[in-house]
Amino acid sequence: MSINSKAAPVSFRNVTKVYGKDVVAVDDINLEIEAGKLVTLLGPSGCGKTTTLRMIAGLEMATHGSIHIGDRDVTLLPATDRDVSMVFQSYALFPHMSVMENVSYGLGFSGYDKEETRARAQQGLDLVGLKGYGDRLPSELSGGQQQRVAVARALVLEPQVLLFDEPLSNLDAKLRRQVREEIRDIQQNLGLTVVYVTHDQEEALAVSDEIVVMRNAGIAQIGSPRELYDAPADRFVADFIGEANIIPCEILEVSEGTASIRIGDFAHSLPARGLGPGPAALAVRPTRLKLGARTGMPMTLAKATYVGSRMEYTLDAGFGEVFAVSEDVDTPLEAGAQITVGLDSIGPVLLPADQAP
Amino acid sequence: MRTLTTEQTTHPVLIFWIIAGWVGFFLLPWYGVEEFFSFEWLIDGYPFDEDYAPAAFLIGQGQKLWLAPIFAGLVLPLFALGRRKSDPVYARMLILAGAVGFGWLILQGFAIGIRGWNFDWARALFGDLGDRQYGMGYGALICASAFLFLFTQGIAARGAINGDVFVVSAIGGVIVIVTAFVFFPIAKMLTAAFITEDGGYSAGVFASKFFDDRLWGLGCLSGGRCGVAWNSLFLAVLVGLITTVLGLIFALVVTRSGFRYKRALRALTVLPIITPPFVIGLALILLFGLSGSVTVFISDVFGVQPTRWLYGLPGVLIAQTLAFTPIAFLVLIGVVEGVSPSMEEAAQTLRASKWQVFKTVSLPLMRPGLANAFLLGFIESMADFGNPLVLGGNFDVLSTEIFFAIVGAQYDQGKAAVLAMVLLCFTLGAFYAQRFWLGKKSYTTVSGKGDSGVHPHMPRALSLPVLALALIWAGFTMVVYAMIFYGSVVELWGVNNTLTFKHYVTAFSFRFEDSGIRWSGAAWDSFWTTLKIAAIAAPLTAIVGLITAYLLTRQTFAGKNAFEFGTMLSFAIPGTVIGVSYVLAFNVPPVEITGTGIILVVSFIFRNMPVGVRAGIASMSQLDKSLDESSLTLGANSWQTFRRIILPLLRPAILAALVYSFVRAMTAISAVIFLVSAEYDMATSYIIGRVENNDYGLAIAYSTTLIFVMLSVVALMQFVVGRTEIGRRMTQSRSSV
Repeated sequence: MSINSKAAPVSFRNVTKVYGKDVVAVDDINLEIEAGKLVTLLGPSGCGKTTTLRMIAGLEMATHGSIHIGDRDVTLLPATDRDVSMVFQSYALFPHMSVMENVSYGLGFSGYDKEETRARAQQGLDLVGLKGYGDRLPSELSGGQQQRVAVARALVLEPQVLLFDEPLSNLDAKLRRQVREEIRDIQQNLGLTVVYVTHDQEEALAVSDEIVVMRNAGIAQIGSPRELYDAPADRFVADFIGEANIIPCEILEVSEGTASIRIGDFAHSLPARGLGPGPAALAVRPTRLKLGARTGMPMTLAKATYVGSRMEYTLDAGFGEVFAVSEDVDTPLEAGAQITVGLDSIGPVLLPADQAP
Repeated sequence: MRTLTTEQTTHPVLIFWIIAGWVGFFLLPWYGVEEFFSFEWLIDGYPFDEDYAPAAFLIGQGQKLWLAPIFAGLVLPLFALGRRKSDPVYARMLILAGAVGFGWLILQGFAIGIRGWNFDWARALFGDLGDRQYGMGYGALICASAFLFLFTQGIAARGAINGDVFVVSAIGGVIVIVTAFVFFPIAKMLTAAFITEDGGYSAGVFASKFFDDRLWGLGCLSGGRCGVAWNSLFLAVLVGLITTVLGLIFALVVTRSGFRYKRALRALTVLPIITPPFVIGLALILLFGLSGSVTVFISDVFGVQPTRWLYGLPGVLIAQTLAFTPIAFLVLIGVVEGVSPSMEEAAQTLRASKWQVFKTVSLPLMRPGLANAFLLGFIESMADFGNPLVLGGNFDVLSTEIFFAIVGAQYDQGKAAVLAMVLLCFTLGAFYAQRFWLGKKSYTTVSGKGDSGVHPHMPRALSLPVLALALIWAGFTMVVYAMIFYGSVVELWGVNNTLTFKHYVTAFSFRFEDSGIRWSGAAWDSFWTTLKIAAIAAPLTAIVGLITAYLLTRQTFAGKNAFEFGTMLSFAIPGTVIGVSYVLAFNVPPVEITGTGIILVVSFIFRNMPVGVRAGIASMSQLDKSLDESSLTLGANSWQTFRRIILPLLRPAILAALVYSFVRAMTAISAVIFLVSAEYDMATSYIIGRVENNDYGLAIAYSTTLIFVMLSVVALMQFVVGRTEIGRRMTQSRSSV
């Protein structure tokens, strides 16, 4: 006997959640989560990501639309009846029960006999590396250990979907990296379907198979970490995932999917991504700017900062400020210098112009 | 592995309530038997005797045929068996069954009473009934519960509150019992105020009683006597103010001073809570009455003629202040401790002096507590019955006036109802004024995060007078309690001061005989009754209070605000009013319980429930909601969550609710005095009776015994319920410098 996965896909169909009369927390979203994948819901606070997670758990009920887990419609099922378990931000360990009792709690409702409950709980604790901690009270454990108990408690039920609500936010930075790797390992070894909520983009990029970026109760973009970073759909995503300089530009013409653009006097060409001639915006990561290139945009260096592994520059361009990063720490540029800034051949992407951020 | 409750086709809860309904209808006596807990009926003509027959046997014998439609409500749920909950027929059948059964039960109960039809129009319509019925008994009660819970299961199956049967049933249950035992009696009392002597209704009767000069007269402004309403109001405002100030003083001494004997002080302030309120009045008589020690001493030394100054406003005021200050203290200690130390420390770092911190930060944050303490003192004073009776003299107040209207020679229910209405208006007015004053501002200062600060001490200019007042009060309290104990072992106070155990012997003597112990003392009857009633009422109060608190803090449902208001309302209803309204409402079918022990238990439950609710809310809001949610996602349903997560973590609140309701049931007098009967006499009303006969020795000896009994019970409960081992990390050590 070992802990297995009964991973199932989750699907949201036109789901809306309205609190009270008119507070729309989630607005008509469609979402397909594949079985065995770790999907992150990412977004600023108030974007509806936690509400979405709680609707999967059955702690909130959808106002409209339907939710399916596996092949079953669970829209109207309360949390008790859904085969889903959740790791809470606060861990929510029951303070009056020992670690063992906490982990066994859900098994008791799942029809296992005493012996099997114990064996499974023990196995769950082994899996998260807490062998021998069964008799302690949650208050006698460190934050990281409590976190693992919460994970074990959810895992042993072999849920169709495992949910994490900002599980790392109460841990310090070093531990955070370690625990997120453990979570990812367990998820991949057992093949679990995991839905994970966070507002930390680095954490999302590190653990996810797929990221769902949410904004204002809706979905802004869905894609793999690489897709989101390299090809953001719009300015919001570009800015939220990593840092990006948004440079206004003009598309002169498009031929065979390649657009010729102009920024001031500087001409460049890159994939058009479906855009037509007219004003547009160019998103460039700070690392993708070539300082002192032969052709490029003329800028004034406003500020240079040495941060050890690299140099960070703030540049004044005609259209606004630009942020650039250079690996070259041995020959730093001086503030006040006039330089030409070029673009990497891959990296910069075109976005539609004039969107609300 | 998780079994889905929504897809089951057998429903244990449903089957249970269907069987309960059938048992209630076919097996148990439908009408009330004389003694609720005696089972004599089993061998006394059951099941065919008319008095003891179950409903089915009555109908079978051609009697009480109006009970027959109830059977329809018992058959309907059978159609829901074997269906899924999501099947619309399931919900429809249960709702229909519950509504038909419960509705008909209530309707026939009110329509047909001990004199046949209760309404003239019904008699005119259907002709004379020629039959009658008495109050509901086991059978009717169980049938009614079955219908109620079938109904709530139907509502739940339709998807209310995510289809949660436990929550819907709990809401339904609380609504029904609060309606039956709070709103119904009050409504009945209000109508009684309009009833004329020949049984009709008239607004004129109400007006003449309401505008009576005895009620609203302003004679005291010109040297005469004022109306009782003004007396009550004036007294209550004074008591409210003084107890609030004294309570605050004590809270400040305990939390914010370097006073060394805080613990002793704290224990001392708790003492009056386990004392029947009028006992303080008795002690005052021993001290300051005509033959009181202090009076005699002063008249000896200074040659002053002893006066009766104590009897009237001064005496009642002093007694109530002594009795109710601890209540204000208990309210304020929580508030004063709750003011976050880091706020005060922040103010100090912003260059405020200690005095400025106190004035601009601490005191304003205590405002809700002060309002609450005032309201409590006000209501307690309004409702207090014992002290005005013992010490009032010519100073009449509403509560005593109500008592004499109903118990005295005048026996005027209408007048009692009008007076009770005035009393109710005052307390509800104060209740509203408090809510209005506090408004919607949030004063929550304690967050979940650890607050490692330490409360600053009071500024010196404040601490000296505060400490002095607290010590004076403490000294006075000690003298009063010494008097109570001393008074109980004195032959006849002020006349014959020889020490004797005579009073204890009269009250509590017992003999060993062949047949066992013979309790021959005069007080035993009422003593055992009081213990029994209090012991039954305490757990019931705690259960109702905690379930209500759970619903209020953990669930959201339509009409929750109204629900909260309804459950907290009985907090503002003085015991006197409860007493009068219960007498008026439960003297006749369908609920006929006057003169039984049940009415005492019920009155205690609803008198003390708000405290259980408050204790529950206070401690439940400290439990993070994610605990419930994680239990739910782990597959427990809401009942299992309540039982395995919430209840174990609420042990302290349960203990508080148990102790409080037990003690209140032992010491209460204002509602009790209307509800006791020869058979069910309570300790407090027995003592008041002794006092009225000037038998002070026995009264005081009995009171002393009660105080000691309650002390030991409180200690015992503390021991039994124990402390919850949460092992919360001690994030701070609150040093008391």
